[in-house]
Amino acid sequence: MFKLLLGKFRRMLSLCLLLGFSLSSHAEISAELANKLVSSNRAEIRDAIDAVANSGDPKAIILLNALEDGSLKSASGTAVIEKDGHFFDALSNNELTGLESAKAPMLNNVVRRSLDSALGFLKLTSKDDTIRMQAAESMFGQINDENAVAVRSIIEKESNAAIKSKLLLALASFDIQSPDKEKKLAAFSAIENTGDSQLKALVESALAKDENGAYVEQDEAVIAAAKSALSAIKNKELILSICANSLYGLSLGSVLLLAALGLAITFGLMGVINMAHGEMIMLGAYSTFVVQNLFKSYLPNYFDYYLLAAVPVAFIFPAIIGAAVERSVIRFLYGRPLETLLATWGISLLLIQTVRLVFGAQNVEVANPAWLSGGLELLPNLTFPYSRIATIGFAIFVVSLVWVIFQKTTLGLQVRAVSQNRAMAACMGINTGRLDCMTFALGSGIAGLGGVVLSQLGNVGPELGQAYIVDSFMVVVLGGVGKIAGTIAGALGLGVINKLLEPTFGAVLGKILVLVFIILFIQKRPQGIFAMKGREVDA
Amino acid sequence: MMFLKLQSRVAWAGLAISAALFLILIPLLKLATPEDSFFHAPDYLIVLIGKFFCYAIVAIAIDLIWGFTGILSLGHGVFFALGGYCMGMYLMRASAGLGVYKSDLPDFMVFLDWKEYPWFWHGFQYFGYAMLMVILVPSALAYLFGFFAFRSRIKGVYFSIITQAMTFAFVLLFFRNETGFGGNNGLTDFKTLLGFELREPSTKLGLYFVSGLILIAAYLFAQFIVKSKFGRVLMAIRDAESRLRFSGYDTLQYKLWIWTASAAMCGIAGALYVPQVGIINPSEMQPANSIEMAIWVAVGGRGSLVGAILGSTVINAARSWFTVAYPDAWLYVLGALFISVTLFMPNGLVGLGKKLFSAGKKA
Repeated sequence: MFKLLLGKFRRMLSLCLLLGFSLSSHAEISAELANKLVSSNRAEIRDAIDAVANSGDPKAIILLNALEDGSLKSASGTAVIEKDGHFFDALSNNELTGLESAKAPMLNNVVRRSLDSALGFLKLTSKDDTIRMQAAESMFGQINDENAVAVRSIIEKESNAAIKSKLLLALASFDIQSPDKEKKLAAFSAIENTGDSQLKALVESALAKDENGAYVEQDEAVIAAAKSALSAIKNKELILSICANSLYGLSLGSVLLLAALGLAITFGLMGVINMAHGEMIMLGAYSTFVVQNLFKSYLPNYFDYYLLAAVPVAFIFPAIIGAAVERSVIRFLYGRPLETLLATWGISLLLIQTVRLVFGAQNVEVANPAWLSGGLELLPNLTFPYSRIATIGFAIFVVSLVWVIFQKTTLGLQVRAVSQNRAMAACMGINTGRLDCMTFALGSGIAGLGGVVLSQLGNVGPELGQAYIVDSFMVVVLGGVGKIAGTIAGALGLGVINKLLEPTFGAVLGKILVLVFIILFIQKRPQGIFAMKGREVDA
Repeated sequence: MMFLKLQSRVAWAGLAISAALFLILIPLLKLATPEDSFFHAPDYLIVLIGKFFCYAIVAIAIDLIWGFTGILSLGHGVFFALGGYCMGMYLMRASAGLGVYKSDLPDFMVFLDWKEYPWFWHGFQYFGYAMLMVILVPSALAYLFGFFAFRSRIKGVYFSIITQAMTFAFVLLFFRNETGFGGNNGLTDFKTLLGFELREPSTKLGLYFVSGLILIAAYLFAQFIVKSKFGRVLMAIRDAESRLRFSGYDTLQYKLWIWTASAAMCGIAGALYVPQVGIINPSEMQPANSIEMAIWVAVGGRGSLVGAILGSTVINAARSWFTVAYPDAWLYVLGALFISVTLFMPNGLVGLGKKLFSAGKKA
């Protein structure tokens, strides 16, 4: 018992010495001391570890690291370091030969523990900020009665604020359990300042209640401090989750936007209720799948770039189908929206069944290229996948493309003319039939581009489009029919609202609430967010 | 006498013949002929025709709102399913204690670890209350929804689209296990209805008979509405709503009442449907189902009650046959029907018949 206490005392003393002198004293490690590190006597190793750590010699870290990972070996009592099968003198770093029989000293847990803490402190006092930061992070949960004093004095000397707060936090996680009221209060205020959620469980346990619902903790001040620390943690968590959900909402909004943009053209500008719009998205996704398979078989070296090749294919194929549908069915139904709705629903059934027969009813596998996997760490605990970022970027690209087409090209000018006054446009020499066909093809092609994105985010199956048809219509109607800007606002708004509701209500109930909200919103503003101005009674 | 003037003599005769055929001859063929006889009507046929009766009621309801009033609903599947769920809840409570867990609660509630019925299941142990709900629940939903939609003068395709959004919301809601209607699996494993064993052929025949009678009642009710002044206003709404409104009619009230009545009819049809098929689940209210219901009417002929019955029966009979004989081809047939009816037969089968008939007269 006495021996144990003595040992403890000695180590605390040595750590204090270490802290007191390590930065100032520069005693070189002697060969004798280095050799003691690989001694066969474990008590001697322990003493040597403390002495090396206290030496202030820059070699100390190298030696202790080598001891820890087992590359510091004993060649008949002399300390040598092994590197890739070569042996070097531990201090002078001269290469030595003929030492293949060198053995690492046997370490037990006691030695390891003192080695770890010595290393930890050495690193904490390193001059390199990144090493100190790592060491401070590794202190978390490692603080005990023995090293707490040392950590306190390190904190006082630490000049880097980030490292200091890390250490304070590590210390706080220990001090919370301390019987000393002052230390407890200090710990809670340190936690409150950082709001780190790692400590949530500890703080909550400090606020534990007994069976009668009374706090286990007796001191009012401590309870108050713990409560404010907990609310600080919760606040920070809330802010983080709102940030994360807004970002996810933005990316969901981009998906909705890509899905609805084509519809904003066919429904918004042409007034065609295209229930087969979802199937154009689905065809775009399957085009991506086909291009992927072609690359897999014929150009495996360029597989990572298949997505770039898939984009034009996924635009052109649905565009051709769209043009065919417009010429064969829809053009006979202009001015009869309800019939158009039913006929295009029939087309969607035909397309779904055809895809099912060709590719099978099961979902097909569309792989993410390597450059889309992984993510960007915006904050600790908040990683944003590259695929989501690419979605947002792609949505911006497609929207700009549509904007350029409509504002800067003759085609766009003519489309706008026809959507405003068909008869007058025809009188001005615009071939409205050909234009309808091209506009519908454009809308279908853009839906296909939406399919490229969906193929990267989720499953690709014959019913893929069905899931998006209601959402797409909601976006267009919410935004205001005939206004691309409205579609953008509607899509992003819906995406963000959806994701913000999700944590509280769950995905399904959140979605239902959004639908109810839209239905109510349309009651209030039947023309959508961006209303077309006009005086027609029967629009 | 007023009642007899509801329709022409030919129509009455047609009704009498159909009633005699389906409500007397077929049950007779079932009961009076030996099982191995060619003329014997097997159990599955009884159930199948019983289902067609329910579909026909739905078709009449949709014809009233779409064919006569010009409002295309893509949400009648929800009203149908809600009526079905109300009936299902009664049947669940009637067969309480007979489930796998021998609990007073339905099996899915035991599974969710619920200890008692949620509030909205109270009262469904009484048949009368359940039947009241079969009508009230779809009506109340339709009234509320219609009130807001019609008041904001949402019409045409916009109305269709928001009814589809409503349908979508309901499907999502009913797919949740926690909503309390059995989630994905819905309500099933029914045992008795008013003490009759549902498995018994006699019970099935009884349900068949009741469905047939209610179909006739629904037809006559619709005929009554259509022939009345109220019906005239409805058709005027379909053809020129703004003009009617400017003439001083409060079109909101007319639309609201026919919309609600149509939903109630769908609810009744759903309630008749569920004990015959023995299950009700959320897939019954999928948006696709509601659109298909609209095509029944389009195929038969909008604005004709006989057409609605005819259309729903023809399509459902075709579906029953195709899904067994050529399952892959059925969606093609249905898709082609959607397209060809809208392109080539704007007045459906009835319109086509009339055309042929008048062409024959001229020749």
